[in-house]
Amino acid sequence: MTAVSIDHLCHGFGTGAMRREVLQNISLEVMPGEVVLLTGPSGCGKTTLLTLIGALRTVQSGMVSVLGQRLDGAGRRRRQQVRRRIGMIFQGHNLLRCLTAEQNVQMGADLLPGLSYRARRDEARRWLRAVGLEDHLPKMPQDLSGGQKQRVAIARALAAHPRLLLADEPTAALDSRTGREVVELLQNLAREQSCAVLMVTHDPRILDVADRVLQMEDGCLLPAVQ
Amino acid sequence: MSDVGFLRSMIRPWQGRRIPLSWLLLTRQPVRLIVALAGISFAGILMFMQLGFRDGLFDASVTVHRRFDADLVLISPRSASSVRMAGFPRRRLVQTLADPAVEGVTPVHWGLMLWRNPETRRNRAILALGFNPEDPFFLDPELAKISGVLKQKGRILFDQLSRPEFGPIAEWFREGRTVETEIAGNRIRVEGLVSLGTSFGADGNLLTSTETFLDLMPQKPPGAIEVGLIRLKPGEDPDQVVKRLQRRLPDDVTVLTKQGFIDFEQNYWKTSTSIGFIFTLGAAMGFVVGCVIVYQVLYTDVSDHLPEYATLMAMGYRITHLLAVVIREGFYLAALGYVPAYLAGQGLYWFVRDATKLPVGMDLSRALTVLTMIFVMCMLSSVLAMRRLVDADPAEIF
Repeated sequence: MTAVSIDHLCHGFGTGAMRREVLQNISLEVMPGEVVLLTGPSGCGKTTLLTLIGALRTVQSGMVSVLGQRLDGAGRRRRQQVRRRIGMIFQGHNLLRCLTAEQNVQMGADLLPGLSYRARRDEARRWLRAVGLEDHLPKMPQDLSGGQKQRVAIARALAAHPRLLLADEPTAALDSRTGREVVELLQNLAREQSCAVLMVTHDPRILDVADRVLQMEDGCLLPAVQ
Repeated sequence: MSDVGFLRSMIRPWQGRRIPLSWLLLTRQPVRLIVALAGISFAGILMFMQLGFRDGLFDASVTVHRRFDADLVLISPRSASSVRMAGFPRRRLVQTLADPAVEGVTPVHWGLMLWRNPETRRNRAILALGFNPEDPFFLDPELAKISGVLKQKGRILFDQLSRPEFGPIAEWFREGRTVETEIAGNRIRVEGLVSLGTSFGADGNLLTSTETFLDLMPQKPPGAIEVGLIRLKPGEDPDQVVKRLQRRLPDDVTVLTKQGFIDFEQNYWKTSTSIGFIFTLGAAMGFVVGCVIVYQVLYTDVSDHLPEYATLMAMGYRITHLLAVVIREGFYLAALGYVPAYLAGQGLYWFVRDATKLPVGMDLSRALTVLTMIFVMCMLSSVLAMRRLVDADPAEIF
C-alpha cells in the first residue's frame, strides 16, 4: 500500500472569471518510509498540494488516497480521522504558547487511543529525548530558541505515531547549521518509524537527505530528476 | 478523541486524563484572568445587591404581618394593601367563632394617621394599629408585658425603629422625659417602645388601644374593623378552614391564611408598583454586563489562540474537543468568579443591614439563583465565543 497516491488532481481557487487553477493534473506516489522533497518557486502550488494531502481541504477533482483512505469525496469526519494518522510540521513551529515543551509534545501523544496519562507523558518525554531536548521539558516555547522550538514541533508530530509526515519549509526560520540538524533528525526518526515524509522546501542545502526530489512549476509536476 | 477513545475514557477515567488545556489557557495569562474574574464578580455582586434589596424590601413590607399571632386573617375584599385597608363589619369575625375549628379571634384596627413631630411640629403619616390591651395580638410575648399601659386613654406604644423624621421619640423616652405629641388634634403620650421596623408603606408604627384608636379616627364607622385575626385549635388544617369559612361568610370579607395575608401584601408591592420591576431590571443589567465581559474575554482568548486551535485541528483533534476547551474555560471562570462575588455580597449585606435596618441577608435560594445566573452567563458567553472557532481553518496555517 502506498502512503500517498494521487491521480489527475486539479485544484483551483475562486469562481467564474476570478477562478485560478493552482494545481493541474498532478499525479504522484509516495511509498512507506520514503523521504520525498517537493521544491519549486513560491506560488507554484506546493503548499496547496500539501494541504490537500494533509486532509485539510476538500478535494475538487481527481483522486487522492492517503494511507489507504480516499480523500476525494471525504467528509469532515473522515478527513479528521485521516489527519490523526498524519504528522504535520509547519513553517512556524505553531506550538501552544500556554503549554510547556513536554505538554506540547503530549498534545500529540494524547491522540493515541487507549494509553494512560502516564504512558502518554512517558511517550512525550521519550520523543523529547529523541530530539535532544531532555533538559528542556518544563520550558515554555518563548524560552526556547528557534531550532529548539522546531525540534519540539517534530517531537509533537512524531508522538502521535504517524505513518506519514508532512512538513512545510521546516527550516525556513532556522540558520543553515540548525536547519541541517533538524532535517537530518527528521529523516532519521522517520526512517526508524518507517514513516513516509513529504517535505516542501526552498532550501537547496538539504536536498541530499531525500530519496526523491519532485519539482513543481505553475501547478504542474516537472518530470522527475534523480 | 475518537469514539472508541471516548468510550474508553468513560470506562477507565484515568486513561481519559489529559493536559488541562482550558485551565492553562486561562492561568498562563494572569492579568487577563484577574480582569475577567473582577468583571464576573462585579456582575455577581450587582445581582446579589439588586435581588437582595428587592427581597429585603418585600420582606420589610410584612414585618408587622409576620408578628400576628393568627392562623387565619379576615380582611375586606376592598383592601388593596397595608396603606389602604378598608373596613368590614366586626360581627363577621364573631361569626367565625361558630366554626368548631376556631379557638379565638382578635379584632384589629389598622390605619394611617398624621403624627406631629414634637420637635419640628411637622406632620407625617404613621401606621397605627389598634387592639384590645387585654388581648395582645403578637406572637412576641414582650408586647403582652407592656400592653397594660394602653388601658389608659390617649396612650400609645411607639416603634423605635421608625424613621427619625418622626422626632427623637425613643431617645427622649429613654431619657425619662414625658413624650407627648398630637395626632389629628388629639394629645397622646408615648408610654413605651416596641421594635417593629419600617416598610414601603409605613415609615413608622405605633400601637394603641381600640378606644384611643377610635378617638383619633372619629370618622371610622363604629363596628367596623380592618383586620380580624383568627386562631385555630391545634391540629386543624388552615386551608380547609379557609374554604369552609369563605363558603359560610358573606362576600364582604375575604378569608386568608396568615401566609396568604403576607402574600397579599407582598403581591401588591410586587405587581401594583414598579419596585419589583426596577430591582429585577437591575439584576438583569448585572447579568447582561457580566455576559458582555465574559464574552469579550473568551472571544479575545479564542481569537488570540486561533492559530493554535487550527494547529490542534490539523493534528487531528475534533472541533468538538476544542469547543469543550472553550466551554471548560467558561466553567472555570464561573466557578472562580462566584466565590469573590459571594463573599463581597455577604459583606455588602451586612453593611446595608447596618445602615438601613432593612432585613437584607444571604439566603440559600438567592445564593443559588446568582450561582445559576453566573453559570448561565459564562456558558452563554462561551457558546457565543465558540463561533469564532469556526474561523479556525487548519488549511490556512501552512
